[in-house]
Amino acid sequence: MALELRDVTKTVGAETHIHPTTLALDQGGFNILLGATNAGKSTLIKLMAGLEKPTTGEVWANGENVTSVSPQKREIALVHQFFVNYPHMTVFENIASPLRVKGLAKSEIEARVEEAANLLQLGPMLARRPQELSGGQQQRTALARAIVKDATAIFLDEPLANLDYKLREELREQLPDILAGRGTVVVYATSEPTEALLLGGTTALVHEGRVVQTGPTPATYRAPGSLTAAQVFSDPPINTAPVEKRGEEMWLSDAISWPVFGEAAGLADGRYTVGIRPHHITPYEPSDVSIAFRGPVQITELSGSESVAHFAIAGQTWVSLASGVHAYRVGEAHEFHMIPGQCFYFGPDGSLAAKGRAHG
Amino acid sequence: MRPRSLVPLIYILFLLLPIYWLVAMSFKTTNEILGGFSLFPQKWTLANYRAIFTDPTWYWGYINSILYVSINTLISLAAALPAAYAFSRYRFLGDKHLFFWLLTNRMAPAAVFALPFFQLYSAVGLFDTHLAVALAHCLFNIPLAVWILEGFMSGVPKELDETAYVDGYSFPRFFATIFLPTIKAGVGVAAFFCFMFSWVELLLAKTLTAVEAKPIAATMTRTASSAGYELGLLAAAGVLTIIPGAIVIYFVRNYIAKGFALGRV
Repeated sequence: MALELRDVTKTVGAETHIHPTTLALDQGGFNILLGATNAGKSTLIKLMAGLEKPTTGEVWANGENVTSVSPQKREIALVHQFFVNYPHMTVFENIASPLRVKGLAKSEIEARVEEAANLLQLGPMLARRPQELSGGQQQRTALARAIVKDATAIFLDEPLANLDYKLREELREQLPDILAGRGTVVVYATSEPTEALLLGGTTALVHEGRVVQTGPTPATYRAPGSLTAAQVFSDPPINTAPVEKRGEEMWLSDAISWPVFGEAAGLADGRYTVGIRPHHITPYEPSDVSIAFRGPVQITELSGSESVAHFAIAGQTWVSLASGVHAYRVGEAHEFHMIPGQCFYFGPDGSLAAKGRAHG
Repeated sequence: MRPRSLVPLIYILFLLLPIYWLVAMSFKTTNEILGGFSLFPQKWTLANYRAIFTDPTWYWGYINSILYVSINTLISLAAALPAAYAFSRYRFLGDKHLFFWLLTNRMAPAAVFALPFFQLYSAVGLFDTHLAVALAHCLFNIPLAVWILEGFMSGVPKELDETAYVDGYSFPRFFATIFLPTIKAGVGVAAFFCFMFSWVELLLAKTLTAVEAKPIAATMTRTASSAGYELGLLAAAGVLTIIPGAIVIYFVRNYIAKGFALGRV
């Protein structure tokens, strides 16, 4: 294991920022910390980087206990959400600064800065100052400074959050290439589930100062271990409602039920919480086996080529997300189709009891 | 010209009138000044300025003032920079109270402190030295500099510090080569305010000096009684006293508003 948190906690005054957390991060690929704002992602990164000392517990890097080693001596790099560069230095000097601190030879510094700058398409900007650059270029400068020093770990704390949509997509596509093959631990914090899925790697779901689940990103998405994990890893938020299993049927209300199969068929009768992601509820009949119900539409949004509708069902407000433009009339009941095979069923303690499909 | 643009014009003329009168007087002979009303010097003379630049009791007044003002500015900044950094970056017991208390030091008139300073400095042999005045002026300049610098420093995100540590900068190296250049406008404004308040302060400076470190303002009050009224000489000295402040304010003119708001704009 390249980087490990062992039973780490962090309390500030009477507030607990991080509950006991054990986390192992690998070299190669992205280690994604996914969670809402204030979930504790940044604190975890600061603890790993040595910028904050854990209240209890230990941090290990490459088989060594580095808990009390200062960040200066850890050979790490950090990119913040805000574009943090040294304002009085040129882009060249910014990228060169970690190498200059190390006291490398001038020729080597120039060669490595040039390599990093070319990788991040900053070649023509080297003589400028950061505030003369666009946001995307400023963040590229910060990234170049992070990769130029061959750090053992690179921490990216929501690096794309402050970029506009187009730049974000562009840089997100390039990031894996930029960071690939460096033999470093890449820790990437994000609050966007889509971003985690696009970057792959492994994901740790962070919620209110706890790591609620870790695993390969797609598997974590397909099999959330708990209601909390499902809520963290769903955008828009996952729809939930209390349901009752009676025999072969799962009852959402007296009028709405569906037959259970797959894993869920083996569940004991009783009360559960169902979770279904918004894109598995559509206004048209999907190709999978589905059930239909009607609910009055409350709010509609059109985002790009996707239609979002909030509708009332069985005392809950659920969200449907469908590709294509669909005409909803607010206040009127519309028909929605749900795929029971995509449901998750959670027990009373919030842990996953069964999935609606057989496997995978 | 529209009538309403006359209003600011008249106001500016009104403000500039005493300064103009001072400059005009400095080029007149004392006889002309006492003789009657004249808008321009009837007979231009540089005798007043020549007298100041050749008489040691005059020009040493300037040298003394510049010396203790410079020492004071250096001490104030050296003490205020680390203090302001602590206030802007760390939370510690009583930090907010201490920060406010610093400013309350400015609320007592300097006269209150003249007596204890005089007695104390006489006892330890600091009386009539440049250091005595410089230290006494720290009483109000350090709190002021802390307030100004704290405002500028709080405008720099803490992430800059973290990035530098991760990049390998030690704290002293980060502070000197990254943090100070980042807030250099704030340092300039703080230095200007220290300079200005120390330059115009008369009561403490006069009380704590006799001969060796006598400031220019004290020299000016004495001249009025020596050989009758040397008003031309006095006016020339006044003009020379305004010049250093005018030069310093030129360099920080773009940041001065932020400085008056104690860095909190």
